[in-house]
Amino acid sequence: MNIGWRKIGTASSDVAAEEGAPRDWSRLVGGGWVFLLLIALIAIFTILRPTQFGSSFNLSNIAVNAAILLVLAVGQTFVMIAAGVDLSIGAVLVFSSVVAARVMLMLAGDQGGGAYGTTNASLGVVVIGAVAAILSGALWGALNGFLVAVARIPPLIVTLGTLGMALGGAQILTGGIDVRAVPELLVMGLGGVGLFGLPNLVQIAVLTAILGAIVLHLTRFGVHVYAIGSNSEAARRSGIRIAQRLIVIYAISGGLAGVAAIMSLARYGTTTIAGHAMDNLATISAVILGGTSLFGGTGSIIGTVIGVFIPIVLLNGFVIIGIPPFWQTVAMGAVLIISVFTDQLKRRARERA
Amino acid sequence: MTGAPLLEARGIKRRFGHVTALDGADFAVHAGEICALIGDNGAGKSTLVKILSGTDKPDNGEILLDGQPVAFAAPTDAQAKGIATVYQDLALAPNLTPAANLFLGRELLFAGWRGALGFVDRRTMRMRAEAQFQRLGVRLRSQHVSVASLSGGQRQSVAIARAALWADKVIFMDEPTAALGVVQTERVLDLIRQVRDQGVAVVLISHNMPQVLKVADRIEVLRLGRRVARFKARDATIESLVAAMTSGLAVEGAS
Repeated sequence: MNIGWRKIGTASSDVAAEEGAPRDWSRLVGGGWVFLLLIALIAIFTILRPTQFGSSFNLSNIAVNAAILLVLAVGQTFVMIAAGVDLSIGAVLVFSSVVAARVMLMLAGDQGGGAYGTTNASLGVVVIGAVAAILSGALWGALNGFLVAVARIPPLIVTLGTLGMALGGAQILTGGIDVRAVPELLVMGLGGVGLFGLPNLVQIAVLTAILGAIVLHLTRFGVHVYAIGSNSEAARRSGIRIAQRLIVIYAISGGLAGVAAIMSLARYGTTTIAGHAMDNLATISAVILGGTSLFGGTGSIIGTVIGVFIPIVLLNGFVIIGIPPFWQTVAMGAVLIISVFTDQLKRRARERA
Repeated sequence: MTGAPLLEARGIKRRFGHVTALDGADFAVHAGEICALIGDNGAGKSTLVKILSGTDKPDNGEILLDGQPVAFAAPTDAQAKGIATVYQDLALAPNLTPAANLFLGRELLFAGWRGALGFVDRRTMRMRAEAQFQRLGVRLRSQHVSVASLSGGQRQSVAIARAALWADKVIFMDEPTAALGVVQTERVLDLIRQVRDQGVAVVLISHNMPQVLKVADRIEVLRLGRRVARFKARDATIESLVAAMTSGLAVEGAS
């Protein structure tokens, strides 16, 4: 029953071992203990409720729940390793999904106001919709990158601003009402089950994580992401074109929010304007749980994968064993604080050395 | 010193508003020597180094490299001509390995399709970095740890080794031992001599007079934006250097 995280884990840990940032395994898997925590959680829930938690249906459910967040978190990892932060991804997701839904609806023919149900749009229309989502996401990201790198506005402020602009933009485009007519092909196809009986959304997430790990850990661009986050002045003096790199980094984050937008449309069959307000914080805590430093310069995709699964496994397990799910939020808050605290302890220990 | 200077500055002027930082400064350094550039605060050392390393542009005056006039539009221009600077704040990426730092911004790619896709050849970079450290006698605890976990002296050594890897002509070093202990300082000074012995011209900016006398071959003194004295290190004393720095007593001791 290796669904989701284990597949990703084995695939990109080989990648991580070749990493140019130090061969420090503990840091690669988020201080080690976060990985152990995830295994412990899975073990505990499996022992307590083997038939329910360990069922293939439930594991598949966990993986689908993690898929969209993981795609967003991969982009957030790039941004945070480069010592930035992207608060806008949830809003960009919403904006991109509205753009995609509108484009697909327009091309498929607006059927009586087009507020409900599915359309029988062709594959071509769905592809155009997906491209529109990714493109609009990447453009928002590029705008973020431009404002951070060229206008030199702190990323926290830039992405808080574009969060508002993208969300407001989505509401202006729709009058605040979700577009509920999406192609049936998208919902049944992308939202369905594909190769090896794995949900397509999970496959997209796995592919995104593997590609992200390859780019981050094996390419020159990836080295520059670490260098910019580690010491941007050193990177600049070494002739790295920081502005260009940052624009691409933020565009990756925005583009992946566009990918997540299509995944969200496929999963829910509607745009979800009000449904992604916490995505930014959820991805940031996943990335930090996964061992990426708040100050940039360190981190890995495999760590982020683990960080994404912890809150989802926790919530799922709590529901199954009958603990009120509200406790998950409390537990997550505590785990996040502990993980940043241990990161700082390591930092201080290193500085003393 | 015999022969023509490798890098020479003639009559460099640089004004910032009403402040004249350099007022017709001259400077010369030869291949295979350590030349200390000294002067009191505000004498114009930093401005001169910035101009010679391409970070700043002079209002007047000319720069000659190998006897040919050159103009640097950006630090990368100077770097392309074999001139590097080791900054006081090191300019290393602390989270990266020593090898990744040596090749920062100049990463080696694989040949063939992997290189075309931007894949970096870490093994070759690490081996070449090891060779460079060996050549200069730099001993590091491990090639695999991040620079942040190295000692101050080792970090400075990595920074100097990086400069020496890319600059085959001139390396400017701004207070390279300012933050180091006694033993580490000795190691770094040895490393600077090693770099010189490879045929590079080393320009050492320092306030530490005993150290300047110990390690430099020649000393040039700036005062109020002009060169006021030149010494052969073996003919100079701390008193004569301080006198030149403070009173501008023009001594053309040698060269």
